[in-house]
Amino acid sequence: MTGLALSEKIMIGTALLGGMSGVIGSFAVLRGRSLVGDMLAHAALPGVCLAFLLLGTRNLLGLSLGALATGLLAVAAVTGIVRWTRTKEDAAIGIVLSTFFGAGVVLLSVIQKPGVGGNKAGLNGYLFGEPGNMLTGDLYLLAGVAFVVLMTVALFFKEFQLVCFDTDFAQSQGWPTLLLDLAIMAALALVTIVGLPIVGVILMAAMIILPAATARFWTNRLHVMLLLAGGFGIAAGLLGTQLGRNYPAGASIVLTGAAIFLFSLLFAPQRGMVSRLMTEFRLRRRIAREHLLRSLYELGESQLPELAELHLEQIVADRYWKPRTLERLLDIAVDSNWIKRTDQTIQLTPVGLRHAAELTKTHRLWELYLMQHADIAADHVDRDADEVEHLLPESLLLQLQQQLADEGRLPLIISEVPKSPHEIGTDNT
Amino acid sequence: MGTTAFEIHDMTVAYHRRPVLWDIDLQIPEGKLVGIVGPNGAGKTTLIKAALGLVPLASGKVEIYGQSYNQQRQIVGYVPQRESVDWDFPVTVRDVVLMGTYGQLGWFRRPGRVEREIADRCLQQVDMAPLANRQIRQLSGGQQQRVFLARALAQAARLYFLDEPFAGVDAATETAIVELLHTLRSTGKTVLVVHHDLQTVREYFDYVILLNMRLIACGPVESTFTQENLQKTYGGRLTLLDEAAEAMRIRESQ
Amino acid sequence: MPTIFAETILFALLPEISVGGWIVLTGIATNAACAVVGCFLVLRRMSLMGDAISHAVLPGLVLAFLFSGSMSILPLFVGAAAVGIVTTFLTQSLHQYARVPSDASMGVVFTSLFALGVVLVKKYVSGLHFDIACVYEGSLELVPFAEPVAGLPRPLFTTLVVLGINLVILVLFWKELKVSSFDPSLASTMGFSATAMHYLLMVMVAVTTVASFEAVGSILVVAMLIVPAATAHLLCDRLGIMIALSVAIGAASALLGYAAGVWFDTNLAGMMTVVAGGIYALAVFLSPRHGIVSAVMKNMQVSLRVLREDLLAMLYRVEELASDKPISPEQAQQAIGGGWQARWALRGLARMGQIQRSPERLTLTDAGRDAARALVRSHRLWETFLVEHLGMPLDHVHQPAHRVEHYIDQRLQQELESELSTTGQDPHGREIPK
Repeated sequence: MTGLALSEKIMIGTALLGGMSGVIGSFAVLRGRSLVGDMLAHAALPGVCLAFLLLGTRNLLGLSLGALATGLLAVAAVTGIVRWTRTKEDAAIGIVLSTFFGAGVVLLSVIQKPGVGGNKAGLNGYLFGEPGNMLTGDLYLLAGVAFVVLMTVALFFKEFQLVCFDTDFAQSQGWPTLLLDLAIMAALALVTIVGLPIVGVILMAAMIILPAATARFWTNRLHVMLLLAGGFGIAAGLLGTQLGRNYPAGASIVLTGAAIFLFSLLFAPQRGMVSRLMTEFRLRRRIAREHLLRSLYELGESQLPELAELHLEQIVADRYWKPRTLERLLDIAVDSNWIKRTDQTIQLTPVGLRHAAELTKTHRLWELYLMQHADIAADHVDRDADEVEHLLPESLLLQLQQQLADEGRLPLIISEVPKSPHEIGTDNT
Repeated sequence: MGTTAFEIHDMTVAYHRRPVLWDIDLQIPEGKLVGIVGPNGAGKTTLIKAALGLVPLASGKVEIYGQSYNQQRQIVGYVPQRESVDWDFPVTVRDVVLMGTYGQLGWFRRPGRVEREIADRCLQQVDMAPLANRQIRQLSGGQQQRVFLARALAQAARLYFLDEPFAGVDAATETAIVELLHTLRSTGKTVLVVHHDLQTVREYFDYVILLNMRLIACGPVESTFTQENLQKTYGGRLTLLDEAAEAMRIRESQ
Repeated sequence: MPTIFAETILFALLPEISVGGWIVLTGIATNAACAVVGCFLVLRRMSLMGDAISHAVLPGLVLAFLFSGSMSILPLFVGAAAVGIVTTFLTQSLHQYARVPSDASMGVVFTSLFALGVVLVKKYVSGLHFDIACVYEGSLELVPFAEPVAGLPRPLFTTLVVLGINLVILVLFWKELKVSSFDPSLASTMGFSATAMHYLLMVMVAVTTVASFEAVGSILVVAMLIVPAATAHLLCDRLGIMIALSVAIGAASALLGYAAGVWFDTNLAGMMTVVAGGIYALAVFLSPRHGIVSAVMKNMQVSLRVLREDLLAMLYRVEELASDKPISPEQAQQAIGGGWQARWALRGLARMGQIQRSPERLTLTDAGRDAARALVRSHRLWETFLVEHLGMPLDHVHQPAHRVEHYIDQRLQQELESELSTTGQDPHGREIPK
């Protein structure tokens, strides 16, 4: 590695940092500890200064050990404050973060004094991030930490997952939840501290949070999330240092990460905003369509098995449709061969009737069920009307059907009607 | 009476020195469905958590098949309250059920084919097999509860603790859970269930623990779930226990 | 050293326009302005929003600076307020609509905005009077040399204006701020929007932060927002007093921080922060009501009392058995667990005149016997209660009664008495003393 140019070293270094902070950051975010990275980063400053004062060099390993010491002290302080005083966790983090940072600023200005012999510029890298100072030895340190952290995650993946998801259950199975939690924190601390000289105190928090939060948009599996977060972290590191050559490295890396986050926020499948709006829109359209068919069925129910010819005004009056919405729905229904339409009248086709009868039946079953059996569970997530047959036990379903039949409200599904050419209901989401 | 599956001796549990359970002493024979019944704040969940070692005991001890919880943890299954976890966590239904096998797996070993088969079988038992690959957020309350049950089944335990499995679930899930409980009983398992609905106690359980800060009664439903005992549990005077507990708290914090 | 402290305090109090005086005044004004807002942040458990906003305002400042071309107050405030609103809105929306956990969404928003600010500074403002290091740690030392506005150095003037604004808002919206901090839903039912109050507070935080920026920087301002408020919270329970106290604590840390900073010849704002942290640590240990020391003391007092009472009760029981065998102090100490606590307990009883001791024998005095009788009475009443009301077996009631007896006062004794059917004898057949 000794033959590497500075730009190559920077690339490798930022990529390593991005990758490992993405992976360990995922656990921090899922555990609700996103801002612990922020605190560790701030609390590291006095440690860096002290280590410099004691050792008199800018050796990354020495400074990192100093940072680690005060970082862990800060974590202990927050834990102690929350445990023993009435100060809440948020305030405790704020207090420790700012007080430690204040102490760091004080020490920095001591170092700056002539006679102490410190050149402040060297330590300033810790504040703002100076990957330009990176030495080959620093790369070894980064790689070493990355190896340790990634191996820890790989070895304890199962355990970490369990502790993050359900601590009580994990403890009931006998896992040492406190130790596992500490292991995650320790890994987080390591990553934060070796990352400081690259991205700086404030933006280190972003390295922990951004890739993880971004990855969460793309997957529902933890291991995929870890891989993606690592990938996004690497991408942010590489792209950021390339695109933002003239800007402070930390800021350009974080902005790149933020751009990836923004893109994911908008365009990720399922969890992205666009996709969720689309889903919402389709759902609404489907519900409107079903309302129309049910309305048509109910209006003509008394004349069955004849297919009633209905007037537009009747339909409008039944549901208070907005004229434009209704027109659009009717067009769709005609296209789907559910209704026949003349100037004045609307008539269900046999295919449409069958579909409408099915919808009405399901709806009435649900209605009955919700009125009579679901008084405890106001749980509307289940009400995907198509699923009624799968969700309710057979016996209950038969009982509900019988009840509807007794009231004369059970729609008959005429079996000889040919199946809908469009295979209705395939577009449910 | 056959084997004793679960036993509490003289157990007192305190939060911040204020006792919430006083001197509980009870025995549960093997193979019973046990309802834990009592008003809000009676310490039902605390009883379970204390039994599982999740909250420290101020005094007394808990025994599972004659030994301490730590020695017997492999044969204990646990279904926490549904609200106790983040349902937006990035895991699928099958992942959650697999967690039930972690206890047996021990450190470092990953769940493999055998464990996946166990998980799928457990999911089938609660009628959730078709949803195995869904993310858990997309489940309804009742379905979430079934996933938790499947996870407990995957623990392959002999003694189960269920914390309010019927809270906020639909009628279908309630029926399914009851069927499952019966299946468990028929295979000799013992199940303790925190339960709220007095109407269904007789129907669902064969043993009952009546609890209100202290043990009111514990025994077979027919002889124990009586009007008199219920009166004691829900209407009975508790003021003395309450006042003593309050006095302890105040004296400690003065 | 004391003379230096005295001098600096004199410096600060004299109307003379000394360099140190201006610095201390600015420190005090900044701390006061921050503390007023900070109390609400701490009470609403949103301390970290203070951290987030103080960082996020950076791009707002740069843009305001670019548009107005100067560091004049008004555009900066407008920029800050706008960014405060944007930060709050984005943080909430990310959490609500995109399901990002709330702490993560805060982290995403403020770091991204800060990074944007850093890039903007570098691109447009570098070389101008806008030093990035100031963003972190401020430059309190330079305050006295800033151009004067209305006879005051500009940062001091700005801070005083903001302090004034904060106090006016505090007075105007006292009731609303108070209610919405304690119970947002109650606030909504009372007809004013908790959301509006939330945004108002966040704008106040943003503006206060910006005013303090030049003097103390973005991170140290977090200390001034949170630390004095949290300290005051440890010391008192009422909002009004808490705010006054936090302002006083803030002022004290400015003063002492200045003195210490001058003494050690180091960064003044940093030193003020460290002093504030130190005061907080003191309060953690020494707060009369919520401090650790007082909690430990209380705990020890209770356990000593329990030991004393156990000893008394033991002596009473021995008397009751009419045994002639004497109990020596050593035996008694062993019986209640031994160690220094037992020794203290014994000494305490002797001092209180409840026992008489000779090297070979302990005897109850009349006062001691009365106290012991009350204890034994509590113990046996409770045993009776456990057997009668809870149906507990005889061999299980001693331990619980032994624990509870120390907490049963006369009123509870009376209640027990009226609840129980037999009060003459305990379940073991021993007399329950009157």
